[in-house]
Amino acid sequence: MDNLNMLMEGFATAAQPVYLLYALFGVFIGTAVGVLPGIGPAMTVALLMPITYSLEPTAAMIVFAGIYYGGMYGGSTTSILLNTPGESASIVTALEGNKMAKAGRGAAALATAAIGSFVAGTIATVLLTFLAPIIVDFAINLGPVDFVALMVVAFLTIGALLGGSIIRGMASLLLGLFIGLVGVDDTTAQQRYTFGIAGLTDGIDVVLVAVGLFAVGEALYVAARMRKGPIEVMSMGTESGNSAKWMSKDDWKRSWKPWLRGTFIGFPIGTVPAGGADVSTFLSYAAERKLAKGKNKKQFGHGAIEGVAGPEAANNAAAAGVLVPLLTLGIPTTATAAMMLTAFQRYQIQPGPLLMETNGALVWALIASLYIGNLMLLILNLPLVGLWVKILQIPRPYLYAGILVFGALGAYSLNFALMDVGILLVIGVLGFFMRQYGYPVAPMVVAMILGPMFEVQLRRGLQISQNDRSALVSTPFTWVVYGALILMFVASFFIKRAQKKMESVQLEPELEESK
Amino acid sequence: MRIPDKKLRTVVLGYVLSPLGHAALEAAITECARRDAKLLVINSTRADRTVDKNYAFSDDLATLHSILQESGVTYEVRQFVSEQLASDDVIEAADEVDAELIVIGVRRRSPVGKMLMGSDSQRILLQADCNVLAVKA
Repeated sequence: MDNLNMLMEGFATAAQPVYLLYALFGVFIGTAVGVLPGIGPAMTVALLMPITYSLEPTAAMIVFAGIYYGGMYGGSTTSILLNTPGESASIVTALEGNKMAKAGRGAAALATAAIGSFVAGTIATVLLTFLAPIIVDFAINLGPVDFVALMVVAFLTIGALLGGSIIRGMASLLLGLFIGLVGVDDTTAQQRYTFGIAGLTDGIDVVLVAVGLFAVGEALYVAARMRKGPIEVMSMGTESGNSAKWMSKDDWKRSWKPWLRGTFIGFPIGTVPAGGADVSTFLSYAAERKLAKGKNKKQFGHGAIEGVAGPEAANNAAAAGVLVPLLTLGIPTTATAAMMLTAFQRYQIQPGPLLMETNGALVWALIASLYIGNLMLLILNLPLVGLWVKILQIPRPYLYAGILVFGALGAYSLNFALMDVGILLVIGVLGFFMRQYGYPVAPMVVAMILGPMFEVQLRRGLQISQNDRSALVSTPFTWVVYGALILMFVASFFIKRAQKKMESVQLEPELEESK
Repeated sequence: MRIPDKKLRTVVLGYVLSPLGHAALEAAITECARRDAKLLVINSTRADRTVDKNYAFSDDLATLHSILQESGVTYEVRQFVSEQLASDDVIEAADEVDAELIVIGVRRRSPVGKMLMGSDSQRILLQADCNVLAVKA
């Protein structure tokens, strides 16, 4: 098979020692930021964007993909041992995982999370390997109006699902679209919203917005409520000798099915723009809870291993799923994917249906590195739990001072203009207030990336049809897409309700602890 | 928890949750018994990090209390979140109760480590107005 050959070539590239080192660097950093609450892979990729100046594309993309995968692993560690999810996709893991740790089975919970992540990540990467070329074959025939339809779906689902409230999500999305408009219009070369300021003619760089929102905004938010904690760390439960270590035979028996189910829930949800990994974890948890029988069912809420295995598998499968629309259509559905797309653009590579043809070697090396990264994460994660917990002992002032310096340097390095640092700080203040009042920042970042692409496709479509608006719903593909959109919104109401229910369940133990 | 009587002589212990802290606790109890003094245990955190290994949680506190009760000395445990360094908290408490002795655990630290991280023990040794017993584990 041709694709397998390409994949093998990808492995040949990715297995070169220097790329292995880059992958190791990526997964290491990724796990570390996954562990730290409030610092996620999207921000890290944004902060590391300057490495695109000195590294070649393959190396940079391998680092970024490693960070992306690593973040998914790292989040589970803090969820289980501290009941503090490192990132949003691990919220569900804390439900059962922390209870397991309290019962002295922390090691088993960590093991099922790591092995489940590995199994799901690997299966999902296999699915990605075989699905991506098929979608590309199909996507090459898509016209501008079809892309418009896809992006409408992406906008609406991202705005509605990435965050607690639909209205706030949409507000954040529209803000992102607006910032995306600033600068010179590509079609007519007119200036828009630049207010005659020369520095705004090139538009506002998405890296500034991402670093501003994720790094500066987060730093201000943490500074505003710095004296919180410390949080008690659960022991791993391995003191009672080696026999209690890791997973028992029974744990394996109870884990493997949730792993597989999680994978097949997570991957499709990652593939369609439906809010990325978070939704899949809630769905997987709900499914495991429903499917559990007898004694195991009673354990839910008191540390059921299925409740850790399923969601952890689902979030990693979704992470791989997100790469499908990114690599085949050029449509990012999460903030991290948006940042990876930005990285592609820095190299003058436009992700889209032609990516696999024009940059096949890069894409396949990237996919191969996902397999390798997954294996590295499995090996890294379990023995190094102690190290990850140490990272949490870094005093926050040091941590955030470092992030701010790094972010400001990165902003300055974009154009070597102080103006950019100023914009960064303004957006940082905006990000603080968005955090404070519960506005999700991810839709804003995704909208900034998608907005200009959407505009180009929309205007191209309208130019082809000579401004006949009915052209936007003229192809069968658009009918399918808009039809699916309506279905998805009906379904999302049910998902939201299930999610709300679970969040209220999760809040209770937290309240108990604060007493 | 018994509130120490102002007239009694007081020993202040800077407590951290570690084998070293435990050694310091043992030494402080011995000193209290010898001097017929009461013991004031200080365990504070700046709460500026997600995980603070030195801070005692409910289980550890219970252990601490049971050890102290068993020893038979009059004692008070003060645990709080503070904006200062732990060393300042200990010195402040020592000033407040006009302490006779401060007991702390000290660990080995390389000169470079000391330069980077500073040393709470050193601050207490230099700034305290009373005698300081530095316990080595």
